[in-house]
Amino acid sequence: MSSILKIILQRLGLGLITLFIVSIVIFVAVNLLPGDFAEAILGQGATPESVAQIRRDLGLDQPLVARYLDWLRGMLTLDLGTSFAQLNFAKAMGGAGSVTVAEQIAPRLSNTLFLAAVTACIAVPVAVFLGVLAALYRNTAFDKAANLFTLSSISSPEFFMAYVLILFLAVLNPVFPSLSNIYEGMAFSERLQKSMLPALTLTLVVTAHMMRMTRAAIINLLASPYIEMARLKGLSPMRVIVKHALPNALAPIINVIALNLAYLITGVVVVEVVFVYPGIGQLFVDSVKIRDIPVVQACCLIFAAAYILLNLTADILSIISNPRLRHPK
Amino acid sequence: MSDLLKIRDLRIEGRSDETWTPIINGVDLDLKRGEVLGLIGESGAGKSTIGLAAMGYTRDGVRISGGSVEFDGIDLVTASARVKRDLLGKRIAYVAQSAAASFNPAHKIIDQHTEAPVQHGVAKRSTSVEDGIELYRKLRLPNPDEIGFRYPHQVSGGQLQRAMTAMAMSCRPDLIIFDEPTTALDVTTQIEVLASIRNIVDEFDTAAIYITHDLAVVAQMADRIKVLLRGDEVEEAETREMLSHPKEDYTKSLWAVREFQRPEKPPAPADAVPVVSVRNVTAAYGSTDVLHNVSFDIHAGRTVAVVGESGSGKSTTARCITGLLPPRQGEILFDGEVLPADYRKRTKDQLRQAQMIYQMADTALNPRKTIGEIIGRPVRFYGGLRGAKRRERVHELLDQIELEPAQYYHRYPSELSGGQKQRVGIARALAADPKFIICDEVTSALDQLVAEGILRLLADLQDKLGLSYMFITHDLATVKSIADEVVVMKDGRVVEHGPKTDMFTPPHHPYTDLLLSSVPEMDPDWLTDLLAERGVDNLGDAAVDKM
Repeated sequence: MSSILKIILQRLGLGLITLFIVSIVIFVAVNLLPGDFAEAILGQGATPESVAQIRRDLGLDQPLVARYLDWLRGMLTLDLGTSFAQLNFAKAMGGAGSVTVAEQIAPRLSNTLFLAAVTACIAVPVAVFLGVLAALYRNTAFDKAANLFTLSSISSPEFFMAYVLILFLAVLNPVFPSLSNIYEGMAFSERLQKSMLPALTLTLVVTAHMMRMTRAAIINLLASPYIEMARLKGLSPMRVIVKHALPNALAPIINVIALNLAYLITGVVVVEVVFVYPGIGQLFVDSVKIRDIPVVQACCLIFAAAYILLNLTADILSIISNPRLRHPK
Repeated sequence: MSDLLKIRDLRIEGRSDETWTPIINGVDLDLKRGEVLGLIGESGAGKSTIGLAAMGYTRDGVRISGGSVEFDGIDLVTASARVKRDLLGKRIAYVAQSAAASFNPAHKIIDQHTEAPVQHGVAKRSTSVEDGIELYRKLRLPNPDEIGFRYPHQVSGGQLQRAMTAMAMSCRPDLIIFDEPTTALDVTTQIEVLASIRNIVDEFDTAAIYITHDLAVVAQMADRIKVLLRGDEVEEAETREMLSHPKEDYTKSLWAVREFQRPEKPPAPADAVPVVSVRNVTAAYGSTDVLHNVSFDIHAGRTVAVVGESGSGKSTTARCITGLLPPRQGEILFDGEVLPADYRKRTKDQLRQAQMIYQMADTALNPRKTIGEIIGRPVRFYGGLRGAKRRERVHELLDQIELEPAQYYHRYPSELSGGQKQRVGIARALAADPKFIICDEVTSALDQLVAEGILRLLADLQDKLGLSYMFITHDLATVKSIADEVVVMKDGRVVEHGPKTDMFTPPHHPYTDLLLSSVPEMDPDWLTDLLAERGVDNLGDAAVDKM
């Protein structure tokens, strides 16, 4: 087990370095975009004086490196800073208190995590189950239909799938609301109901990958001598696959699941927009539009951390699922 | 008494590309209760296919196209999948060649043992666990009470093979198919497994089909022997009758294979400088030493066989000589000069002088290159030949390995047989124009007749080109036929070293003695006599541990 601990520490260390590099890349990239916060917020009618005023207020007149170091210093004391928009508003209002980035992001992030969790709870069991069935009935009509369905849903644009679901489940048969305007303090059941359509849309998007990997990983093992042995013991085909193939196919399946979960946290902007779901994706896109660097930075770090942690979890689960690594000789 | 298994005019086809080609052309087979039938033949003879068909099972891309397989009155060819599943594991069981690959790595041994009885409703899990432990005890497994609670990777190959026999016995089947159960094992381990299988089959009066390519093994195990050749029966007879009076020419040729023997060369002069000299080499993987103070010389034009069981350090020694694994202590001399320990520090000429031929010609040849390209590459790399000259040299090499250049130059490895691929491996080694070649188990993946051809070719090449060989093998018959000197290794140490005649004449080191006496002989009483002589406590594993 000490080897697992070593891996975790090593990967967390590498993860921190990755986060640091990501923060530099994002900082530079946002600055390479034409325009800055002052120009974006004031629009076309801005006078050079007012632009300069805002820049001075927010410290945007400082050189790039100085601004990055300033941000980094805050970061190291766990201060994500205050968004330019909030700060600018506060200044204009005469220095009243303003909402920090952390306070801004927290509710959005928890909404996103909620949606990702609901989606995962539907998509992962469905995908693995369909994958097992597809492997069991490989090359039959069921297998082909499952493949066709999941592949078409992954190949269609997300907003299209979203509107199809709205049409069938909100308009023609009003089962779920088409607007997912959830807010704090909402009852869990209502929250769940309102999140259902975006969750289903995302399920359609992520299922194909996981299902096809489950199917492929299992079929890949079917030629193994121990599978032949299981068959020659007179076991049922279902038992052969679930008991003998699946446990050995877990590592690749877990990895694909982790990648898809990471996607659910970082890549759901379109679905959020369609359903007006107050998640972090929407906030992120808005912040990029107005070059609000503190918010963009914070979002990117969260996205990167999600990828790193999910992949780390996947690797650890893969190790735990392998008795050869769990019980060395 | 009626037959337990009755196979009539069995025809089996295999798919290659889009067409079905016959693999088994109408074989009959009868087996009574409690009887053991040996199926022998070379690879491709269809032994395993028939063995599996006796269970009503075919692998992917194979189908039964005609005939019947009647097990206790039920025709398994026409029976439904459900009927067959009811029989498999319960009344007909299977023991595979590689226990390490046939046990599921994800589950403990005992869980796999109890699976068939529980699923077939023969016994409760707890009863089956107790029975499993009892079987482990009968099969003389160490720590029978706890060995089943380990994962397969925590148990050695010979022990796993016995655990698999126990698993096959878990429902007390009427018939067990043994598919080459000892082929992957060392000779000393093989004895123990053979003895265990024979005892338990006797004890429960189980009928068995014993599939192997090793005549001496089948002689110990079977009441009757059936010889197969490319899907046809050659002949069948009682074991003793078959051994003493084989009727068909093919059977006689199988018996005769072991007769190839090179005359031993006179010893090298005492003052001669050896081509390769291994001096006090100690080597380690990580922090554990796997070679301890290994020393031996290989003289010009001579063959040194390095023998020992798996894990004895034979291949590690080869890796030290080639520089893939720099030794921790000691040195390798070539023509009296010290070689840099790491191959990356050796000159091109030093690298050229020592070449290697591998066990698995299949994986040692790039499947996407033609034979001409495979052999041409070292010709260009070491000899600097290009264009027509290079082509000419490749032709010359193909001639040397007795493959028609015009016919094979543009072929791919997949279009060649196992023996032909190994010949290409030899040509590739020769392409560098070396003085010394390491042959790592080059014949152990080949059938006896083909292997003999390879040995003869290597011997001829040695005479023509004055090559020196280091011949790594675990097969003492190969040693007998080709070696001039023998190095016996055990646990990373050289335990005996000398000319072949000394090695094969007593007295020898006790370990050499054990190795020699463990090689099965064609006498059907050999195993019985050996067991009597050694006593039950001195079988393979136990005997090795005592040393």
